[in-house]
Amino acid sequence: MSIESHSPAPAVQNPTQDIIKDGLWRNNPALVQLLGLCPLLAVSGTVVNALGLGIATLLVLIGSNVAVSLIRNHVQDTVRLPAFVMIIASFTTTAELIMQAYAFELYQILGIFIPLIVTNCIILGRAEGFARKNTVWRSLVDGTMMGIGFMGILLLLGIIREVIGQGTLFAGMELMFGPAAVNWKWVIIPDYSQFLFAVLPPGAFVALGLLIAGKNVIDDRQKQRVQKAVDDQPALSRRVRVTGHIH
Amino acid sequence: MSLMQRSSPHVMGRNTTSRIMLWVIVAALPGLLALSYFYGWGYLINTVICVVSAVLAEAAILMLRKRPVLKTLKDASAVLTGVLLGVTLPPFAPWWIMVIASGFAMVFVKHLYGGLGQNLFNPAMAAFALVLISFPLPMTTSWSTPEAISGEPLPSFSQQLSHNLEWQAYDGITMATPLDHYKTKIKRLTADELAQTPEYVAGPFYGILWVNLAFLLGGLLLLFLKIISWHGPVGLFTGLLVLALPFSADADSAMPVLMHLFAGATVFGAFFIVTDPASSATSNRGKFIFGFGVGILTYCIRTWGNFPDAIAFAVLLMNISAPFIDHYTRPRTYGKPKPVSGYKLPEESP
Repeated sequence: MSIESHSPAPAVQNPTQDIIKDGLWRNNPALVQLLGLCPLLAVSGTVVNALGLGIATLLVLIGSNVAVSLIRNHVQDTVRLPAFVMIIASFTTTAELIMQAYAFELYQILGIFIPLIVTNCIILGRAEGFARKNTVWRSLVDGTMMGIGFMGILLLLGIIREVIGQGTLFAGMELMFGPAAVNWKWVIIPDYSQFLFAVLPPGAFVALGLLIAGKNVIDDRQKQRVQKAVDDQPALSRRVRVTGHIH
Repeated sequence: MSLMQRSSPHVMGRNTTSRIMLWVIVAALPGLLALSYFYGWGYLINTVICVVSAVLAEAAILMLRKRPVLKTLKDASAVLTGVLLGVTLPPFAPWWIMVIASGFAMVFVKHLYGGLGQNLFNPAMAAFALVLISFPLPMTTSWSTPEAISGEPLPSFSQQLSHNLEWQAYDGITMATPLDHYKTKIKRLTADELAQTPEYVAGPFYGILWVNLAFLLGGLLLLFLKIISWHGPVGLFTGLLVLALPFSADADSAMPVLMHLFAGATVFGAFFIVTDPASSATSNRGKFIFGFGVGILTYCIRTWGNFPDAIAFAVLLMNISAPFIDHYTRPRTYGKPKPVSGYKLPEESP
């Protein structure tokens, strides 16, 4: 699986700000690259699940990006993919163990999707497309921003699906934040009979589709605004050809 | 006087989209009236709620899409979807199920795919599947019982209306649909014993048979007007019978063949759902295969599934395969050789 970076310009010339923008918005892993959809759609049923998987993915992504960047000049190209996968697998195992130690119930709920972070395309995609060509600092920023971009969408999906599906928000946060969070649960619609469609995976597809549509609308509006600003500028000295044929 | 004034076509049919839609609505009316006669006002109330919310939802999404609203609404396709939904949804179901179903059918199933004629799935069936999966409780316990079976009169119009609008719950008697009832009871009882249960004392087909015959009447009208072709319905009946005749011969162990044909949504599905021009296959051979697949799947889902009826899921599954069927059933163009189906090798350059 080799996934090239989707950024328009060669990644090496990106200043840090561009990397941040790429990760959070322009090249968002969930909304634009559409990578890692399997966990994104499967465990975004509630906010707490989304947050758990989002943080785990974020940590693995940061760790693997930094490690891949560190070894980028020492591993031959022919064996780079096995090396990447081993790095990612060790970070995933670490995240899994941490979760077992501190949030065991959440670990049980997320189940197979924690070990499956190994196969999350975003992580291998960033290792292959970015970290192996860039310095440690840049890879760190890229991993953090891509991870936050992914986690943000995961959280948004979790919020949408929990409210529509069950009529609550932040239910079960004690799985992650301990007993203090028991009464964080916020019943938005009382006496709500579940809307199972939003709880089941098809609802996640529809919600993600709406989010992507929303992003495209915002981008289009922005583009029109920029275009309008360009058009409004007075033309200074443009020569216009008025006769003859253009060959 | 010149002989050639205009280029072809010289003979044009009178069929416009709105005329077709209106005829389909007219053809569905006998079935709707039969349903209301046997099962109460619920069906008519549901139909009105569904039509109104489908039209409003279509108007809203048309405005969002910046398309002409009134001109598009005039083709009556939203009304038709509303009628089809009103016929399929249970009569004691609360109003918000109708609103959600109609809104989903119009916005998500129809207009997100590009509007009339572009939809991959049948809007009414996709919306039915959505509410059936999302709200299993009201969708399986809201079927009404005819008076001859329950011995109780059906609710009056005002009682039914205030029940469906959730002002005041009406203590009506509901029952499982005849298909569902037979399927669950036949595991413990023989066919003769089953005939003695209160649901079947008036006959296993009481009410539902007339509803199916009314839909058959409407379907024959559509066939007569050449709005639908016979291939889809015949395909569905063939597909259902191919499995039902050999495997459902023993009424003590499985649902009898006649119940498969006339105690569920089979006739309605055959003439009003399978014949949807947008989401079904295109060529005549394709339509037959499409219907045949729906029939086979209907039998399978009815026999081994957990849902009251199977037409909706069978149709949705075949909707997915319709482009594939189209690809392999392209008819020969007059004067041209047989079309090549499947993967084409690139032509070798000379």
